[in-house]
Amino acid sequence: MNWMVPFLKSSLGRKLIMSLTGLFLCLFLVVHLAGNFQLLKSDGGEAFNTYTYFMTHNPLIKLISYFTYFFILLHTFQGLVLYFHNRSARGAAYLDKHPSKTTFASRNMALLGSVIFLFLIVHMGDFWFKMKRGILAKVSYEGYDQIDDLYTRVTAAFDQWWIVLFYVAGMGFLGFHLQHGFQSAFQSLGLNHPKYTPWIKNTGIVFCILISAGFAIIPIIQYFSK
Amino acid sequence: MKLTLKVWRQADPQAKGRFETFSVNANEHMSFLEMFDVLNEELLAEKKEPIAFDHDCREGICGACSMVINGQAHGPLGGTTTCQLHMRHFKDGDIIVVEPFRASAFPVIKDLVVDRSSFDRIIQAGGFISVNTGQAPDGNAIPVERDKAGAAFDAAACIGCGACVAACPNASAMLFTAAKVSHLALLPQGQIERKTRVKNMVNQMDIEGFGKCSNTYACEAECPKEISVDYIARMNREYFAAVIAGE
Repeated sequence: MNWMVPFLKSSLGRKLIMSLTGLFLCLFLVVHLAGNFQLLKSDGGEAFNTYTYFMTHNPLIKLISYFTYFFILLHTFQGLVLYFHNRSARGAAYLDKHPSKTTFASRNMALLGSVIFLFLIVHMGDFWFKMKRGILAKVSYEGYDQIDDLYTRVTAAFDQWWIVLFYVAGMGFLGFHLQHGFQSAFQSLGLNHPKYTPWIKNTGIVFCILISAGFAIIPIIQYFSK
Repeated sequence: MKLTLKVWRQADPQAKGRFETFSVNANEHMSFLEMFDVLNEELLAEKKEPIAFDHDCREGICGACSMVINGQAHGPLGGTTTCQLHMRHFKDGDIIVVEPFRASAFPVIKDLVVDRSSFDRIIQAGGFISVNTGQAPDGNAIPVERDKAGAAFDAAACIGCGACVAACPNASAMLFTAAKVSHLALLPQGQIERKTRVKNMVNQMDIEGFGKCSNTYACEAECPKEISVDYIARMNREYFAAVIAGE
């Protein structure tokens, strides 16, 4: 195993970590969004609350959630290491900054990622942490006795315009991060092919729009249907 | 045509550089380097220190000339080296900013001349094939599939000028290293050292202190030989295969 540490510290090893953790987190976003859509069900929150109970009590999902936390931290840490390496590799900046042919997202991944990380802290502090501390109201359904009523907390939050704005803005940052991140992950993995790369690039654009718009539409709908 | 040049002047590697402004009379048929020759003749006549810049073949094939012109490596014309950039692409009265390639791994030696020997050390680490010395082998003795020969040739077109590093926001040398790795990995002659080559070249690239690729593709946009970033993906594949799957 003496090859592994130097490999993971090499430039391409670090990029491998970024791409694999990034793609895992893309998968996580899909599952998260699918779960969130249950907020839109007009059943007083039964579907969402029982789903939340399942997601926080199933041992397998618990295990996967620990991996998710770890990968979020690893992706953030590695991204910051790369950012500072790259900044010192550039050294002095150019006086004349020509409007480059690169995309806004590709040049600002570290900034976008840092904002998303801060968003995550606020987001988890507001919903997840309150549930973990057990300070949410309890609700009972058939087969479920006194489970956390996260639905009421979430809908109460989305009654305030500034929280809705915060979430929509956060998803804007996520959208740009995914616009570059999704297709970039495949390039870093070396998965580049004349036949399939155009498909990957198009999928990345559809993915970033669907994910960010999908997450953003929920607080907007909830705000206007209060 | 009358031009104003803002040129980076730095006496030696340790000196703190600064921009100096010059006026120069050029004609549109001159290359960018010839315009500098004219300016340097004037400076010499005034007993002033001429501006140091790198050049060699002036035919766009050696990779010696560098310079970042108005924020672009090798200037505004795509797929061209500085020596092949002619003044007709500028207008009378233009203010042109000329800076050296900026990267920690390319320290400034003097004015616009940077030390690119880090590239030489990457090549020394693995950018070669082992052959028996003696008579030159017959050109067609080893069959090469046509598409592979074409792809290898496109990679081999890299002149090692360092524009990719200069253009990259991270000062990454991945396009250069990827072109050299791919060129030999695609050919039968390169198979013997295929795995050690990519490992050693990537390792040397990291030792030299180049940045890490974040797939902005600024390198491809400013490469005078228009080397494709597809080769970076190929290098990644080669590297992962050599390190993870290699014995």
